[in-house]
Amino acid sequence: MSILRFTKDHEWIQVEDGIGTVGITDYAQHALGDLVFVELPELGREVVQGGEVAVVESVKAASEVYAPVDGEVVEANPGLTDEPAIVNTDPQGAGWFFKLRLSEPAQLDALMDEDAYKSFLEGLE
Amino acid sequence: MPDYARVHALSENRALTSSPDSLKKTPLHRLHVELGAKMVPFAGYDMPVQYPAGILKEHLHTRAHAGLFDVSHMGQLRLHGANPAAALESLVPAELQALAPMRMRYTQFTNDQGGILDDLMVTNAGDHLFVVVNAACKHADIAHLQAGLAGRVAVEYLEDRALLALQGPAAAAVLSRLVPGAATMPFMSFAKAAIRGIPVLLTRSGYTGEDGYEISVVNAEAEAVAHLLLGEPEVSPIGLGARDSLRLECGLCLYGHDIDQTTTPVEAALMWSIAKRRREQGGFPGAAVVQAQLRDGVARKRVGIRPEGRQPAREHTEIVDAAGVRIGEVTSGGFGPTLGGPVAMGYVATAQAAPGSAVTLMVRGKPLPAQVVKLPFVPQNYYRG
Repeated sequence: MSILRFTKDHEWIQVEDGIGTVGITDYAQHALGDLVFVELPELGREVVQGGEVAVVESVKAASEVYAPVDGEVVEANPGLTDEPAIVNTDPQGAGWFFKLRLSEPAQLDALMDEDAYKSFLEGLE
Repeated sequence: MPDYARVHALSENRALTSSPDSLKKTPLHRLHVELGAKMVPFAGYDMPVQYPAGILKEHLHTRAHAGLFDVSHMGQLRLHGANPAAALESLVPAELQALAPMRMRYTQFTNDQGGILDDLMVTNAGDHLFVVVNAACKHADIAHLQAGLAGRVAVEYLEDRALLALQGPAAAAVLSRLVPGAATMPFMSFAKAAIRGIPVLLTRSGYTGEDGYEISVVNAEAEAVAHLLLGEPEVSPIGLGARDSLRLECGLCLYGHDIDQTTTPVEAALMWSIAKRRREQGGFPGAAVVQAQLRDGVARKRVGIRPEGRQPAREHTEIVDAAGVRIGEVTSGGFGPTLGGPVAMGYVATAQAAPGSAVTLMVRGKPLPAQVVKLPFVPQNYYRG
């Protein structure tokens, strides 16, 4: 059974069997614009919730991607190195960034589910 | 489209909270919003950074077809007087007395240290000079002109005029449909014309590295002219984001970034804009410094830099040599959509300024190998008759 959660920084995490796949939301990719470079974390790196894990660069600017929860990086999306634009075209699918082995799964409880994230976005308008 | 509306709303909210009610609007503001632009504060104006197509597509469209830019935030001035060219030469290093009628030239306002207060375009419009300066500097420039040329020249600020730029390889074909003869205007020339009866001031110039025009028109007619140009099939609206990537790819300086009060025209590799007579005779602020630098050389120079791989190096990125010693800083950096890779400009120690020199960029603490290259990064495509 899989759990989908969102952060206020517009990351998503889909967790299955203790492994969370992380990316940025459609809202985030729209706000960033055309991505031209993605810097992914090295495998084995221990990350903490809210810490900087990846960097996305659009034509105009660089932005950080934060870890939604604590964990160890177990995989990075190799497709993004050559074609960062996948994040623009399929942010919540093929445009995933990295996978984490969660060390504090209880942290998920404090994140937003899909409905809460939608309400959060509406509040930004 | 709904998502763009959302982004647009977000950026407007941000603009309002950061500078409540103080942002100025150009006469094309309503059109930008109608076209779905993402508006951001820039030099005190609420300006379109991009339209729904996005910076990448807008950049490529301009290089392949034609783009329409709103640059109405820039300052348009007229200098009147007995000999405004001779008077203005006391503030800028360009040769203006030999500038033929209906021709224009790029130059800089210098300070007493030879630093650059602003860069500008000067047109000999016959009985006066027509001058275009940067938005962020325009009020300081006007004060500087009034103080420096008092009694010799009257400065008229053309607040009632908008400025549009039509840029790209199709610009000449497009404008010729509306202005007969536009296609054969020489590069860096000026003409009075009319677009469907609307009087305009045309220059064959721009800041993208492409052929094109800048079109000055009274505020009340700006939207009508913009609609006529956008009605041509080759023309798309282009925001400030692509304007920046276009000018960077063709190696042009952005004031406040690549040039400022601490950089001289010699360090900035702008000596092509200073003719022999002015180099010899001086007579502009900081001339002694510039002449000494021409004689003895400079410690640093503005250069083009190509990072290896795909990662861009942004403004303020530190540049180091093979031993890790700091030799300079990136002043403009990003991604060049036409080149398909990262591009940057910056200042490096003169010893490392020759094209081909290997340098290292420190991006977020990690060394990124790069090479000094000749500017521009992409060939300039100006009209050469």
